[in-house]
Parts: sequence; C-alpha cells; structure tokens
Amino acid sequence: MTEKTIEQRVKEIIINQLGVSAEKVIPEASFLEDLGADSLDTVELVMAFEEEFANELGGEIPEAEAEGLRTVQDVIHYISDKLGQKQAVA
Amino acid sequence: MGLVTPLGDELELFWQRLTAGISGIGRITRFDTTHCECQVGAEVKDFDPERFMDPKEARRNDRFAQFAVAAAKKALKDASFSPRGPDEAGRMGVVIGSGIGGMETLQLQTGKFHRSEVRKVSPFMIPSLICNIASGVVAIEIGARGPNFSVVTACAAGSHSIGEASQLLRLGKADVMLAGGSEAPLTELSFAGFCAMKALSTSFNEDPAHACRPFDAKRDGFVMGEGAGILVLETLTHAQSRGARIYAELIAYEASCDAHHITSPDPEGEGLSLCLRRLLQRAKCAPEEVDYINAHGTSTLYNDRSETLAIKRVFGKAASNIPISSTKSMTGHLLGAAGGIEAIATIQSIVKGLIPPTINYAFPDPDCDLDYVPNVALRREVRTALSENLAFGGHNAALLFRRFEDS
Repeated sequence: MTEKTIEQRVKEIIINQLGVSAEKVIPEASFLEDLGADSLDTVELVMAFEEEFANELGGEIPEAEAEGLRTVQDVIHYISDKLGQKQAVA
Repeated sequence: MGLVTPLGDELELFWQRLTAGISGIGRITRFDTTHCECQVGAEVKDFDPERFMDPKEARRNDRFAQFAVAAAKKALKDASFSPRGPDEAGRMGVVIGSGIGGMETLQLQTGKFHRSEVRKVSPFMIPSLICNIASGVVAIEIGARGPNFSVVTACAAGSHSIGEASQLLRLGKADVMLAGGSEAPLTELSFAGFCAMKALSTSFNEDPAHACRPFDAKRDGFVMGEGAGILVLETLTHAQSRGARIYAELIAYEASCDAHHITSPDPEGEGLSLCLRRLLQRAKCAPEEVDYINAHGTSTLYNDRSETLAIKRVFGKAASNIPISSTKSMTGHLLGAAGGIEAIATIQSIVKGLIPPTINYAFPDPDCDLDYVPNVALRREVRTALSENLAFGGHNAALLFRRFEDS
C-alpha cells in the first residue's frame, strides 16, 4: 500500500468527521487551530483512524502517541511508519 | 410557536391535518420491528437537521436535540424575534424538557460497550444523551444566555417546562423564554422497555392509523411518537414594546404528584384533581369558563379512565359540557414533547375557534363518558383552554391559556 492511498483515506476521514472542505485539509493543517476541532472531536478522530487503519496499525493508538497527532501530516506519517514497522517485522 | 411533528413541521400544515382528523401513525420504518410486540409509531419523516444547524453540529447531537433546535428556530422565526446584543441575550432563557433524552445514542453506544469495544464509545455519548443538552444546544445556536435548564418529568416534561419558564418571567429573571419539549424515542431499546411494561398498543400492527384510540373502549395502549414543540414566551411589557403578535396569554400553571405508583396513575385521579383545582383557583376561573380541554388521553386503559374521573371531580356539572380531545389520537404520544405540541394545539384552538377531534372514537367506554369531540373537529369560540399532562413518576402538570384581551 502506498503513502498516497493512506493520505487520501486520512483526508477523507477528517473531511467527514470535522465537516470541513477538502481544500482546507492540507498536510500542515492543525486539527485544533486550523480545522475547528475541539478536544472531543480529536478523541473521535483517533477512533476513526483506528477503525479505518485497523490492519496497518495492528491495534489501538496509545494515549501518549495520540496526543502527538496534531496535524494532518502527523497522522499520515504515523500510520505510514506503523505500516513500515509491521512490514519490516513480517 | 415552532414544531416538528409526525403531522409536519409547519404550524399551519400541522393544524390543518390535526383538525382534519389525519393520523400521523404508521408502521415503524426506522428499525426492524420483527421482534417487537408493538410495530407502530408516529415517525417524523424526511427530517433533515442540516436545514437548521451546520452538518458538524448536527452530527454531534442526538435526534432529539436536533428536533429541539429545529422547533426553537421555527418558533423564533414565527415570533419575529432573535436576541440582539448582550443585554437581550442575557435576558433570554431556554427550558426544553425531554422524557428520555438521547435514546438512539444510548442504544448505539451501549452496543459498542457490550461488544467489548469500550474504547470505541464516543466522546459525544454523554453530551448527546443527557436530557438537558437540548436546552444547551438551542442556547448555543441562538446565543441565549439567560436562565437555562431542563425539566425531566417523562410525559409531563413539555408542560412543566412551559410552566416553569413562565414562572421565571413572572419572577423577573428573564424577558423572553423558549420553552417546550423534545423527544426522539423511536428506537428498539425504548420499544423493548415500553413493551415490557405493556404500555404500548399491540392489536393494531396491521391497522396503524386506528391504533391510538383515546377514551374508546377498544383502546389497548399508547402509540409512541417523536418530535418537538417549542413556544416563545415573553412578558407582556416585552411583547408589547416590540409590537409582537400575541397568540394567547398563559394565565396559570400548576403541578402536583399522585404519590401513588411509579407508573400507574392514581385510579381515583386524585393527584390530577389537585392540580386542576389549584389551576382554576390560581386563575380565578370558574369551571364553566373553560371552553376546551386538551387531554393527556394516551389511549391506555388506566390513563383515560382516571383522567376522565379527575375532570369530573374538578369540573362537576360543567364537565359534560366541555369539549375534551386527545390530539395524541393523531400525533401519537411524544412523551416529553407532548406538552409542547399540545400547548400549541391548545393555543391554536383559541386563535382559530376550532377544536381538534379525538379520532378513532367508535366504541363508548362507560367509564369514559364525557364529550371527547369524536372524530370531527368542532367549530366553537374558545376563550379559555386547558392543556394537561400526566407522567410516570406520578407527575401532573396543567397550563391554562386565555385569549389575550388588552384592557
């Protein structure tokens, strides 16, 4: 699976969950500062990522790591890294 | 006045249908009723919350709160009012009641819980299911910063809310109040609960339009409905200073409790009698001055009998001359929203000089022997009209409205 696909899937989730337009969901966009999310939204976003990327992540995103996911890019890199680690182990 | 009901969400259309005797009850389509003894209900069809709030806010709220926002915005539009500036915002409050709150949310999220998906429980579960969120969200949507809370008294919540809001106005705590009720109880979980209580109609699954038959001898339980009914209440000074159209005056509100049983009404109707007697006393209104009673009339065996008894006890000789109808025969029972839409129906009877009927009345019950305005609306001048609701918990609430006459 290529990074492009992960990026698209991440963006779709953000657009759906936060009700924002696609053009706002740029890599640097911060959920709290740029995309109008509040603390409850970010919890739900993490759940949505966990569900969508259950295979790639191989489990839940630990609380401490979830706190580091502040921008669109953070999430794409995080999931890509997890997938990379999983493939390396395999 | 604003509403969302199984008979439509425009005041005039709702009124036309209500006085034409049209049933809003059908087979449930919102979920699979295969395993339910009762398969009928009064659904709000084609409700689009995004007409009233932005998509993200709509998604974060349960259907019952969405109904409340829709009805509140319609009420404000109808009243040509919205708070301008911090002073007006601070003098405008909201009291919207709900009987059972975010049932859909509760069912969905507890499902996750029982599938051991504890960490998948939504962060919006608690704020979506709490009954008071309707008042909270409405305040956010319109920017009302005055007194704001919710009354949770099951099927009397709408009437209590309107009554309590009027008290705040009388106490000078606010100039304007949005008040009423909202409910979205059509879920498998609430059907299971009400069916277990043997409270719902089960004999008319193949003939839903005839399922709700208040005061009729063949009644066999209530039919659940959904929606919201919200009024704009304001002090006379405030209404007159802004040149508002005044539909009616709320001349009295009273409340009482049966102190008898958790769900059954007092068979002697004693709690309701107390409430109604005090209502008339407070308003200094003689029994024969009441031109119409919008009854609770749930279509359960016990309610309709004890309600009839209470009316007879309080109104005495006048009881048999007062037209009494249950609009639930058409709207179904909207639980905490019932008092909201029934207050609107009661006020409309004053405004229009027309009394909505009790439909499906065919077989007289000797225990229910008053004038229930059977099947056909009654053209009659209405100056003073009463709306009453009873609830699980033994709560009773009654509102007395009068045509506004500027003296």
